[in-house]
Amino acid sequence: MISFKEVRKSFDTNVVLDGFSLNVRDGETMIIMGYSGTGKSVALKHIVGLLEPDAGQVEVDQQVVHMLDRDGLTQLRSHVGYVFQFAALFDSMTVAENLALGLKRQRLSPAEIDDRVRESLALVDMEGTEEKRPAELSGGMRKRVGIARAIALHPRYILYDEPTTGLDPVTSAVINQLMIRTREKLGVTGVVVTHDLESAYTVGDRIAMLYHGQIRLVGSVEDVRRTHDPVVRQFLDGRPEAMAEADTGTFRAVR
Amino acid sequence: MYKALSLRVAGWLSTVGSLGHFLTDVARSLRDLRVWTSLTVEQMRRIGVNSVPIALFIAAFTGIVLALQASYTLTGAVPLYFVGTAVGKSVLLELGPVLTGLVLAGRVGANIAAELGTMKVTEQVDALETLAYDPHSYLVVPRVVAASVMFPIIVALASALGIVSGWLTAINMLDLSSFEFFKGIRMFYQDKDVWYGLVKSISFGFVVAIIGCIMGLNVRGGAEGVGRATTKAVVYGSAMILVLDALWAMTVL
Repeated sequence: MISFKEVRKSFDTNVVLDGFSLNVRDGETMIIMGYSGTGKSVALKHIVGLLEPDAGQVEVDQQVVHMLDRDGLTQLRSHVGYVFQFAALFDSMTVAENLALGLKRQRLSPAEIDDRVRESLALVDMEGTEEKRPAELSGGMRKRVGIARAIALHPRYILYDEPTTGLDPVTSAVINQLMIRTREKLGVTGVVVTHDLESAYTVGDRIAMLYHGQIRLVGSVEDVRRTHDPVVRQFLDGRPEAMAEADTGTFRAVR
Repeated sequence: MYKALSLRVAGWLSTVGSLGHFLTDVARSLRDLRVWTSLTVEQMRRIGVNSVPIALFIAAFTGIVLALQASYTLTGAVPLYFVGTAVGKSVLLELGPVLTGLVLAGRVGANIAAELGTMKVTEQVDALETLAYDPHSYLVVPRVVAASVMFPIIVALASALGIVSGWLTAINMLDLSSFEFFKGIRMFYQDKDVWYGLVKSISFGFVVAIIGCIMGLNVRGGAEGVGRATTKAVVYGSAMILVLDALWAMTVL
């Protein structure tokens, strides 16, 4: 289980998370959605210790992430797959080397690594790209390789940072199906940060709305779709005036 | 005025603290031998072997100029075989290590800062961490070790070529025989001249690589940030070479 407990995080004078609390249950796919720049990715990075909270804590399997030493963090990260917004593939390596890098850290034999690489690429329909470089792949293909790199580790948790942002609708649908297939085949717990509603409704078990550094609403997909919370409603309905007000910090809910 | 000064001092102290923290992390990551040893050989090729042509090019012309300028300065004042002394001493003690170091500060420092900076802004450094690698042992240590090992080797080659080109210039363009040229070199030669230059260049390699890594891993923003980090890596690396050069001269000579 992943738990955010009253997490606060600022960058200089910009308060991003301000008492952020959320529980992600084992086996579910939790969607964290919200306006751009509201700290969704910042929250995600706390789970693997890429960022430390100024106050509060994030727990993964009852371990407080920011209290872990280097070895503890290494151990934790070996159970978490992270899919970055722009894939973050190592451009000096081939696709196969990208996937193998994390597996080498798990001290698997070369034969086991080859098997895992092949199996993971097959799961994302990217067989035959082992020797290609990231620069030779399209944006959608890179995202798929990014997902393959994460699932190759056979993680217990997968974190997706804006997995469909910048992709065309068809490729987005492919990525959504991949996320569903990954959960079904591997039984992993997922946290998906997105502002793509179609993706959220398709992939998520529960949805949490992040607003002004806190969780405004959390519930099942149906609960959220039917909500009368004015802030969430305006986000879901895509009212531009609400976005403009949110950007300038003068947002007022309209009932 | 007082507030501005105190803010600036606080800024400096914070920078020193960050630097100390960074160096501690790098030292701690040395125990991750399995990771950095395998990557160091590749870095030695990229940092060292690929830098040899430019270093030799500079050294060859430095030797020519030194021989001609020494002859111009010394003619009529002291015996001409002192041209050999001037070329040998200057190349071994100063120009070999420092000129090569400055050239490598540009080539190697900029390369490291740009590469790591780009990795940073494209989240490849974060990706490395999520794959359970420590960026210090995976990115920093191999580069710093490779630069510290390869700089003295490049400097040795460059110094040798500088002396050879000075000798060829002396026997072809000056009224000097090979015997006289090498008599000049031997006359004031000490073993210290060789190890002093080589030890200095180890320190140059270390600072150029570590500054490149610090600048690269602290990039903020996109392409502009990478450009800024690259420039800073070259400027600070070059400046540190000159500062270290003075420190070595004050403490060892």
